[in-house]
Amino acid sequence: MTLVFGVPLSVLFGQLLLGLINGSFYALLSLGLAIIFGLLRIINFAHGAQYMLGAFAAFIGLNYLGVSYWMALLLSPLLIGLLGMGIERGLLRRIAGEDHLYGLLLTFGLALIVEGSFVKLFGVSGSPYPMPDLLKGGHNLGFMFLPTYRGWVIVAALTVCFATWYMIERTRLGSYLRAGTENPKLMQAFGINVPLLVTLTYGYGVALAAFAGVLAAPIYAVTPGMGSNLLIVVFAVVVIGGMGSIMGAIVTGLAMGLIEGLTKVFYPEAANTVIFVIMVLVLLLRPAGLFGKEA
Amino acid sequence: MKNLRKTAAAALVSSMIAGAAQAEISNDEVRIGYLADMSGTYRDLSGPGGLEALQMAIEDFGGTVNGKKIVTFHADDLNKPDVGANTVRQWIDERNVDMVTGMVASSVVLAAAKVVEQGGKLALISGAAASSITNEYCAPSHIHWTYDTFALANGTANAVLKDGGKSWFILTADYAFGHAMENDIKKVVEAEGGSVVGTVRHPFPSSDFSSYILQAQGSGADVVALANAGADTVNSLKTASEFGVTQSGQKLAGMVVFLNDIHAMGLDVTQGLMLTTGWYWDMNEETRAWAKRYHDRVGRMPGMVPAGIYSATMHYLNAVKETGSDDARVVRAQMAKTPVNDMFAKNGKIREDGRMVHDMYLVKVKTPAESKGEWDLYEVVSTIPGDEAFRPIGESQCQQMAPKG
Repeated sequence: MTLVFGVPLSVLFGQLLLGLINGSFYALLSLGLAIIFGLLRIINFAHGAQYMLGAFAAFIGLNYLGVSYWMALLLSPLLIGLLGMGIERGLLRRIAGEDHLYGLLLTFGLALIVEGSFVKLFGVSGSPYPMPDLLKGGHNLGFMFLPTYRGWVIVAALTVCFATWYMIERTRLGSYLRAGTENPKLMQAFGINVPLLVTLTYGYGVALAAFAGVLAAPIYAVTPGMGSNLLIVVFAVVVIGGMGSIMGAIVTGLAMGLIEGLTKVFYPEAANTVIFVIMVLVLLLRPAGLFGKEA
Repeated sequence: MKNLRKTAAAALVSSMIAGAAQAEISNDEVRIGYLADMSGTYRDLSGPGGLEALQMAIEDFGGTVNGKKIVTFHADDLNKPDVGANTVRQWIDERNVDMVTGMVASSVVLAAAKVVEQGGKLALISGAAASSITNEYCAPSHIHWTYDTFALANGTANAVLKDGGKSWFILTADYAFGHAMENDIKKVVEAEGGSVVGTVRHPFPSSDFSSYILQAQGSGADVVALANAGADTVNSLKTASEFGVTQSGQKLAGMVVFLNDIHAMGLDVTQGLMLTTGWYWDMNEETRAWAKRYHDRVGRMPGMVPAGIYSATMHYLNAVKETGSDDARVVRAQMAKTPVNDMFAKNGKIREDGRMVHDMYLVKVKTPAESKGEWDLYEVVSTIPGDEAFRPIGESQCQQMAPKG
């Protein structure tokens, strides 16, 4: 049995695969944050709450409306995305152009209100969400037993991430979006409805968070606090990747998942803090982030 | 000479007053504080339900002791030792609270118990697990009532060892309780000729256990023991089920599992799990009657922690009534003199190290087919007599024994 630093190779591969799964969540969430900040210059502290809303929408849909998991994957992001658009139109637009801090405070306040309401409604212990039948069970890969659902998470998350990246960097719509945020007045002069584009973009970022929430529902407990636990890590990931870079957010999310996975093998007690240590190092050595462009 | 006589008279009178104050109830009220996690990982094993159990005891006692009102305070310790300790300090300094109960996360309890000791009050610990509470951290100012890691390790580990589990892998919550549990398991396993082939410590609390379960599977051990509790155990068991741990032949030993955890996870995931408990609602007429009353108030069947809170509070109030005092040392001495005989424990007794010793029960989780009701979850396999279940006082590292009862 080959050993790497005292750990069998098979165990290492297993942990790397698990790290990739967590990394997929980080990638999905930091992508949403990066889009909203990079293109709209809004620090969206409500992102964790929106992730939680996505999971709860799936839970409520299943238990009260008979909406299946597969429908929820589509409907929940749509619904929460619409909610996000409402927030942008009704609240965020009023403070557009002000200091970043106002956006942070507004979204943070929203997150607290939403999470507090859900604690009142659903309590703090998890609400169970069953795994969809099609994805139950797993495969023995030799070096580990991989539950099918976890494999599905990687596939779904990476597909959505790369589709988003492609849309923003390679399509016309994406180019309008990027131009509109660099020079809105000029774009408006060309006849592009920039405010609508901004609203749609915020809604899309929120929908990404909600999608991650639905993916998380069967494997992590659906609790009102699930977003806030994750959000602070995701912010660290976005800072490491660089606040403006789309590809940077995806790659860094995956990389941080892998590093966290390795930490759990060699020094598990540090698993909660290793990403922050890296964030501190990156801020000291390369403040714009690994893939970031200087603002 | 005259001065001396005056002084002596004054001294005599004041000592009489002081002596009389000993047999008095301070502030004309018996004040009880309830400290527990009301909103986090450990909410469901005590939390608001435990507070109800405390209220039930006070109501059953009549709401007053010797004509003095019983007043309660409660607070959420958020599982944080500093929050718990500061709350108890405020209760003692500003409200002159006489007794504190509930007390769940072991790290919070160890911090708060120190404050109780310094304040000269009494703590009746029902929720926490670490056996170190009556071992190296014992004090005459606190009593550990319901269960501890030693008894659980003894009961569950012995049962699983007998069932053929010789090599063990331990998944531990990385704080005081987890470490205590891990040590107690090691002792029992190694004493019976087994071995611990690996351990991993996870941050408390954690939400994703996939990595640790994978390590447990990779170790090839016969038994995967979960030295954690509350939401951590629920998530560990769910993840273990997802990764097919028992399907591939390993045994799962949940060391600190409560009734509400089994209920939350369902019998599909937990059937066959062996665990040790200090009390179960469906053991006899007395337990069923009390459990039904609790269920009507709280909406759930009680586990051992609320039952322990009820029992400890009743025993405390009886001792206050007998002695006419709420002074911690006086009441504790009276509590130690009287055996604990109620719906929670038969022939329980409070030792000098603060351990309330009573029978423990080895139970097996029923299969879905065997269960006839929503809360019909356990089959009691055997009773472990109190003296066998808990750490013998001869092996204790306790330095501050209370006077013998």
